[in-house]
Amino acid sequence: MSVPRFWRRLKNLYNLIGTHCKKCGEYYYPPRNMCPKCRRIGQVVPFKFKGIGEVVTFTIVHSAAKDFAKNTPYILAIIKLEEGPHLTSQVICNHNDIHIGMKVKSAFRKLGEESEKGMIYYGTKFVPLADN
Amino acid sequence: MNVGIVSYGAYIPRYRIKIEEIAKVWGDDASSILDGLMIYEKSVPDMDEDTITIAVEAARHAINRAGVDPGRIGAIFTGSESHPYAVKPTSTVVAEAIGATPDLTVADFEFACKAGTAAIQACMGLAESGIVDLGMAIGADVSQGAPGDALEYSAAAGGVAYVIGKENLIAKIESTYSFTTDTPDFWRREGMPYPEHGGRFTGEPGYFKHVTSAATGLMKRMGTKPSDYNYAIFHQPNGKFPTRVAKMLGFSGEQIKPGLVVPRLGNTYSGSCMMGLAATLDIAKPGDRIFMTAFGSGAGSDAFSISVTDRIDEIRNRAPSVEKLLSNPIYMDYATYAKHKGKIKL
Repeated sequence: MSVPRFWRRLKNLYNLIGTHCKKCGEYYYPPRNMCPKCRRIGQVVPFKFKGIGEVVTFTIVHSAAKDFAKNTPYILAIIKLEEGPHLTSQVICNHNDIHIGMKVKSAFRKLGEESEKGMIYYGTKFVPLADN
Repeated sequence: MNVGIVSYGAYIPRYRIKIEEIAKVWGDDASSILDGLMIYEKSVPDMDEDTITIAVEAARHAINRAGVDPGRIGAIFTGSESHPYAVKPTSTVVAEAIGATPDLTVADFEFACKAGTAAIQACMGLAESGIVDLGMAIGADVSQGAPGDALEYSAAAGGVAYVIGKENLIAKIESTYSFTTDTPDFWRREGMPYPEHGGRFTGEPGYFKHVTSAATGLMKRMGTKPSDYNYAIFHQPNGKFPTRVAKMLGFSGEQIKPGLVVPRLGNTYSGSCMMGLAATLDIAKPGDRIFMTAFGSGAGSDAFSISVTDRIDEIRNRAPSVEKLLSNPIYMDYATYAKHKGKIKL
């Protein structure tokens, strides 16, 4: 991820800010500038998601891209937020505990870094809802 | 003073390493270390946790506990000796992550283990003078201890955030007093990964001189004595120092017990004394008085006299208590700990 690209998405990554169409009631994450259902009559506004959701499906990554190699094995999951949108995120928990339907909540974590002297990227991952 | 604590929030990573596990690697006698330090285990950050993520989680708990509107926060100061960036404030990320930007001032503080309480004092000044509505002071660290060094048995991870203001207080700060000298008991040079320390030199001329001077200085100014307080918290580099200094000053074991979190947590440096205060606020009753003295190597001490208000009972349970954060830990071996702490370079 380049620094400008991260900076543009920073608010979305930190606080799960997506969009909501007031016309049809649909929620979007990542945010959309236009509602694909309502098109030009849509009323799209920023929306901050609560950060509560459940695991739809998951995998455990043992062989990762170079930037994530030191974190293996890690859990990558598709999360369905309470408000409806699905997103892909790491889930931080015991690998024996992860299961489909698991309730999760957002947590603020490091997503990665450019290098030892480069930018650190922060954002949202998920942990079990029952965690402290 | 017409200023105090509006809310507070703490965060502790779930991982722990036991003292016996570290001693086993370096061939040390675990029982003598346990007796000497009175620390049984210490917290360890996850692979993707650092001072910024810990500060953000603590700040979010503080915001949620009292339902604070982040837009009212006019200043955020984060004290730490393990800021991830040498240049790029931790507090900018915290401000953005809690939704307090852009109408505020932020800065990072550094004063060994008392940078967080120095941040509280700065927020007190800004809030009481009316320059800001609310200020947020954070103490957070993923403290460093070189492999095999004595510090490795205590250097832990955690953070605490306090919202400081003039209204809707859960605790009034009655007064504060600081005692500071140039005492080279502990330092870390620019670019160096681990701190150096003066061994036993950190005790008498460092910790004990400054803590006792700040504590007696504040009580003398206020005309109070140890028996006027229900609870007391002193900086906790280990379990032995705060226990001994409390006795020297005339505080009892019962007064320091609720805030003495170091045996199960380790030394969270800038979060250390503030974590003890959070644990004490978790159980304090309206009307209780709390005495706190932080210490930072280099060296200085900040003493505070605090009085708990009726509002504490309204908001206390809206965010995790320190006891809850200490519960249900995940224990790790030394190899995994070394990986988490970046001691193994890939």
